[in-house]
Amino acid sequence: MPEVPGNVVGGTAAPRRPVRRRYAAVPAVVVVLVLAAAPLFLAPFATTTLTRLLVFGLLAVSLDLLVGVTGLPSLGHAAYFGAGAYAAGWVSLHVTPAIPVPLLVGALVGGVAAAATGWVAVRSAGVFFLMLTLAIGEILAQVAQNWDSVTGGANGLAGIPAARLGGEPLLNAGFLYWYVLVVGLLLFAVVWVLARSPFGAALRGIRDNEPRMRAIGYPTTVYKYAAFVAAGTVAGAAGSLLAAQQRLVTPADLGFTTAALALLAVVIGGAGSLWGPVIGAALVVLVRDALGPSLAGHGELLLGVVFVLVVYLLPRGAAGLAGLRPFRRRNP
Amino acid sequence: MSALTCRGVSRSFGALRAVDAVDLTVQPGARHALIGPNGAGKTTLFRVLTGRMRADAGTVHLGDRDVTGLSEVRRCRLGMSQTLQHASLFASMTAAETVALAVRRHGPEGGGDRIVPWPVRRPAVDARTDELLGQVGLGDRAGSSVPSLSHGERKQLEVALALACAPSVLLLDEPAAGMSPAESARLLALLAGLPGEVTVLFVEHDLDLVFDLADHVTVLHLGRVLLSGTPDEVRASDAVREAYLGTARREELFTS
Amino acid sequence: MTGWLAANLISVLNGLAIGALLFVLAVGLSLVFGMMDVLNLAHGALFVTGAYVAAALSAGGPSWGAYLGALGLAAVIGLLAGGALSAMTEPLRRRSHLDQALLTLGVALIVAEVLQIVFGDDPLAVPAPPGLDGSVPLFGAAYPTYRLVIIGIGAALAVAIHVLVERTTLGALVRATVADRDMVAAIGVDNRRVKVAVFALGSLLATVAGVLGGPVYGASVGLDSTVLILALVVVVIGGLGSVRGALVGALLIGQIESLGRALLPDLASFVLFGALALVLVLRPQGLFGSRAGAVV
Repeated sequence: MPEVPGNVVGGTAAPRRPVRRRYAAVPAVVVVLVLAAAPLFLAPFATTTLTRLLVFGLLAVSLDLLVGVTGLPSLGHAAYFGAGAYAAGWVSLHVTPAIPVPLLVGALVGGVAAAATGWVAVRSAGVFFLMLTLAIGEILAQVAQNWDSVTGGANGLAGIPAARLGGEPLLNAGFLYWYVLVVGLLLFAVVWVLARSPFGAALRGIRDNEPRMRAIGYPTTVYKYAAFVAAGTVAGAAGSLLAAQQRLVTPADLGFTTAALALLAVVIGGAGSLWGPVIGAALVVLVRDALGPSLAGHGELLLGVVFVLVVYLLPRGAAGLAGLRPFRRRNP
Repeated sequence: MSALTCRGVSRSFGALRAVDAVDLTVQPGARHALIGPNGAGKTTLFRVLTGRMRADAGTVHLGDRDVTGLSEVRRCRLGMSQTLQHASLFASMTAAETVALAVRRHGPEGGGDRIVPWPVRRPAVDARTDELLGQVGLGDRAGSSVPSLSHGERKQLEVALALACAPSVLLLDEPAAGMSPAESARLLALLAGLPGEVTVLFVEHDLDLVFDLADHVTVLHLGRVLLSGTPDEVRASDAVREAYLGTARREELFTS
Repeated sequence: MTGWLAANLISVLNGLAIGALLFVLAVGLSLVFGMMDVLNLAHGALFVTGAYVAAALSAGGPSWGAYLGALGLAAVIGLLAGGALSAMTEPLRRRSHLDQALLTLGVALIVAEVLQIVFGDDPLAVPAPPGLDGSVPLFGAAYPTYRLVIIGIGAALAVAIHVLVERTTLGALVRATVADRDMVAAIGVDNRRVKVAVFALGSLLATVAGVLGGPVYGASVGLDSTVLILALVVVVIGGLGSVRGALVGALLIGQIESLGRALLPDLASFVLFGALALVLVLRPQGLFGSRAGAVV
């Protein structure tokens, strides 16, 4: 299997001796403040759309940990998102919708599902990894489709009660939005720190040159497996937010199309930058949900065209728009 | 006790016996060169020694420990370190980040053996990284990205990366390949200045470098050991001259 | 006892029919994949295109004219689509697998949506041609004749493809390219033409499989990803670029699907994954693969 050349621009390379870190935080703070204030100015419908963007954005961030940081392009990542969503929905229905129980259960089940299926996938490389993750994702989607007694089959898991905080259900779109925002920011921070930790540096080493990492003594398969499980856990948490927001989980949420759209979000946003995929996710959801209705529900047709255009038009292919940034983080 | 030994190592590719029942003993602290004409089996033997490739038969010992069935990763953690023939590094990292990867893996003092590297204190890692970069002459290039380094500098970085693994045995695959004479001279000085307790085994085409650095030379020819001895013995050997000349003649026939 | 045996023999026959269809579908995917490392995610969309062609032509009622016409039209569409896909992936030869996968994924999405726009959301039935739409008595039960026909056609195509790959110049080039692409390029063969030919033939087999499978599976939205996954599992289990591997993998998956659905309907998908995982843990390169897909 030929080595794929390092096709992903290292947006996450942490400067060893940070000089301007203080200023780098300014835009992040502004973005957080704007996001936090958004429901005060937006109509409930727009707030709900923004909530969906955040949920999908978190899924894209978790996928970027695999695709951009570790160099493992997964086509089945929605499986763990969906597993978390079903688990959170089921717990909300049958045990308690009290925060943080569904969130923790969703994250746990996402992680366990990734742990149970990931070992086969991370032992493979290149196009095999694509194929295996695709197959694993689709098989889990079929489980969701057929396991009527737990998942509600093709109709999905309906009637999920609203998440409760301190006994009060979060029925207001704004409160629900803030819940999703807080969890989303928290998990984004976790992934961000993970990608910049020594563990993240090792993952980037594997992305750049796996044989060399083995030669300096890193058991790379174990690291890839750990990244796979971590990404599955975050995706599962994102799934629990989906269950809280939609209050309905269907097999489509863990299917091939969701997985492909998440990958598209990562690719157009810029793999490896972590924040880029959030913007990519926003674009993808807006195209599907905002432009879709004007195309008689065939937003996916447009997305198919976007896929094709992305491959031909982005000069580094999957390196994404982040690779087009006029300046790149470089040490002097 | 020798630092690195192999006994009866064979490896075939289809009908070709690339390495055929090779015995090799590398003494502790040696500067041991592995030479031979093209197709002698040097690279195959090198890969069998590092664990990248499995042998069909034979054993490999690191010190008194049998490492025959162990992976490259395990061998590295037992003190075997290597540089690769084609400078093969990490495109998105700086020189310092590259070396820090190995420092964190093996600990600033060496001998670290952790699955999870993060408890290592950062100042200690940075200090060790700077020390290693200085040792290979890249002290002023710490913040440079790998793609911006020259070919010679990448080879120097390879050596720093290998040294960061705290090796007892260091294997170098054609360290001087593709280097200018000036770069080659700098590399020679660097290798000559390595601590005496580190055992070095290197595959090399540049015979000047071999005879300048090595205290022991093993000549491979057609997958077998032709001669193993001091540089003077090798220089004086008719069999070695014959092997090199014979190949040269054959190559003339093939190319003309 | 005989009842149990008969029921399971029926299941084995069903498995053979599924396996025969899967072989026709997967062998093209496997060869395209083994030859140029292109993961063609539009392969399932080609199958569904064939199924919709069959549904459209037989909308006026079942007839041999409609059935054979659908086979011919699907074959032409398959050839053209294969040629187009080959041309589209050509500029990406030096790019990552992810780029090729994204491209074919985009094509798959476009094709699926266009079919949905043209034919609507509801599943369409495809009738078997007259004379084959009945059933024959078998082990004391009535067994659909058409499924026996599929088994027969699958067997005939397997022999034909085997002869093509093992006995012809094109086949020799294909095998050589699978084994060592660079070597074939180095001896001066322009393997782009081989690539176009294999892509076109592989796509033709996929659309034809769609017509053949029409009377069993019908034509519906979402069928493309289901058959794509089955074909991928077959390719992974059988090994890259191996006709024999595709055949054995397809027959195996056919049996697992059929028996699994009969015995453990809820868990059939787990059984499928279990088989896949088992093969990959024991033989990472697939049952008949020569190139290892996994790194140790």
